[in-house]
Amino acid sequence: MIWNDDFETLPREALEPLQLKRLQQTVEKVYAAVPFYRDSFDKHGIKPADIKSLNDLQRLPFTLKQDMRDSYPYGLFAVPLEQIVRIHASSGTTGKPTVVGYTRRDINNWTELMARSFVAAGTTRGDIIHNAYGYGLFTGGLGAHYGAERVGASVIPMSGGNTKKQLMIMQDFGSTVLTCTPSYSLYLAEVAAEEGIDIRKLKLKVGIFGAEPWSENMRQEIESKLNIKAIDIYGLSEILGPGVGIECIEAQNGLHIWEDHFIPEIINPETGEVLPDGEKGELVITTVTKEGIPLIRYRTRDITRLFREPCICGRTHARIERLSGRSDDMLIIRGVNVFPSQIESVLFNIDGVEPHYQLLVERDGNLDTLEVQVEVNEQTFSDEIKILQGLSNKIRKDIKDLLGVTCKIRLVEPKTITRSEGKAKRVIDNRQKES
Amino acid sequence: MKVEQISIFIENKSGRLAEITGVLGENGINIRALSLADTSDFGILRLIVDDSKKALNVLREQRFTVSITDVIGIEVSDSPGGLTAILKILDNNNVNVEYMYAFVERSGDNAVIIFRFDDIDEAILALSNNGIKILPSVRITSI
Repeated sequence: MIWNDDFETLPREALEPLQLKRLQQTVEKVYAAVPFYRDSFDKHGIKPADIKSLNDLQRLPFTLKQDMRDSYPYGLFAVPLEQIVRIHASSGTTGKPTVVGYTRRDINNWTELMARSFVAAGTTRGDIIHNAYGYGLFTGGLGAHYGAERVGASVIPMSGGNTKKQLMIMQDFGSTVLTCTPSYSLYLAEVAAEEGIDIRKLKLKVGIFGAEPWSENMRQEIESKLNIKAIDIYGLSEILGPGVGIECIEAQNGLHIWEDHFIPEIINPETGEVLPDGEKGELVITTVTKEGIPLIRYRTRDITRLFREPCICGRTHARIERLSGRSDDMLIIRGVNVFPSQIESVLFNIDGVEPHYQLLVERDGNLDTLEVQVEVNEQTFSDEIKILQGLSNKIRKDIKDLLGVTCKIRLVEPKTITRSEGKAKRVIDNRQKES
Repeated sequence: MKVEQISIFIENKSGRLAEITGVLGENGINIRALSLADTSDFGILRLIVDDSKKALNVLREQRFTVSITDVIGIEVSDSPGGLTAILKILDNNNVNVEYMYAFVERSGDNAVIIFRFDDIDEAILALSNNGIKILPSVRITSI
């Protein structure tokens, strides 16, 4: 099913001129209204009139997350506050959050894109959407909520937390679509099992999961534990919130980026050079319809590939591969790049090992040490030391083989790794504190 | 003949052992024999109790990771060389001992040794054929 046939299946010969027209308008607008962009374009010797083709986008300077922090709170807004109807902010685990403002039209577009996303994931107006994304400054809850209403589905504004109550509502109200972080869906399954609820027998048929990177193995785990289709949704608050892109249920192979609103590029994160389709690098997004806070070539720090082959669902919009990680989640351990998602995939490939893990990074003298904490369960437990040591040796060896990094495995008791009701906290990096 | 042994995974954290014995005590479960195997990070506590089913349930309720393994108990004369005779029989029959632990009976001159084998049925056969008496499980759970 397709929500907006006209735009979602627009032939690329028509889509690209539309992108160019909207890009030119956006560039003119930010040059006129945002001092940051005027300064930055001037410094690079480029004027809005120089943007004559989509290729000229490459001539524009990048916008960084740090630029948003430096402009805290309203420095990058392109319209006066009177036109802003909503303000959200990123979680901002370090320092000040990044702030985003939406005009009425921005909210309308966001709602449209979330409606497209819900429908791409197989949602119809007959569905009961159990929205367990947090409501508040975080964009997830309200973003999904508005889109669900636009589709005409019945939305239950659960927000995060209170897991037992979530399960009760899910059972009693007959929720058919679940929206939350992928790690929270597994936590729901775990608590359901403890409560003697067979979550596989509930009416849930689809889960739309985002806000943290997750592996293909984790998808299989979720699909089998909850007996649903698990759909990957992409978004980031700086650009919009959820609904920048989504997998279609037909292919479940790459996330369509809504290209009539965003222009995606993949760059080499070291050199900034634009990479050809199919090569892995950092995703850069330019918004071409946003009014409140338009962003030019925003570096998402998300690592992926871009491809434009036609999709079996009929949508013409380019797809990105599922994220392999966010470059700021990337750990550098003794010079080796390590994404938590890679460690997750190693754990998933070992029979019986649960996906609950935590990485502890410390510095011992000049040496980085990585400890991977893995929960032991009744399936992996044995009364013999050698079997448990065999398990930790296997995990250590598989991580070494895949990533080339030596780590220490620590087997811990079940449920000792904190379960998250929002974004899972996978990494504890104690190195910064010492420097 | 076989005795059910309960094994529990414990991280090396202070107070963990006391929590386990506390849970068992509160539920009126009596520990008959125990052994603690430890590594630098974790340990495995192995217990023989008077009611293993109940122990398994209450420990699971308290979210411990537990398993049940079959072991056997053998009475060994409490004198030099008593254990060697048994180990020789096992060796001659190619049965491996995974681990063992011993305690002395309350009355009498014998020690009781609990054995965990790689192949328990093979071990029972070898020992019985050589005239070694394996203790009935009630004897052990009611020591």
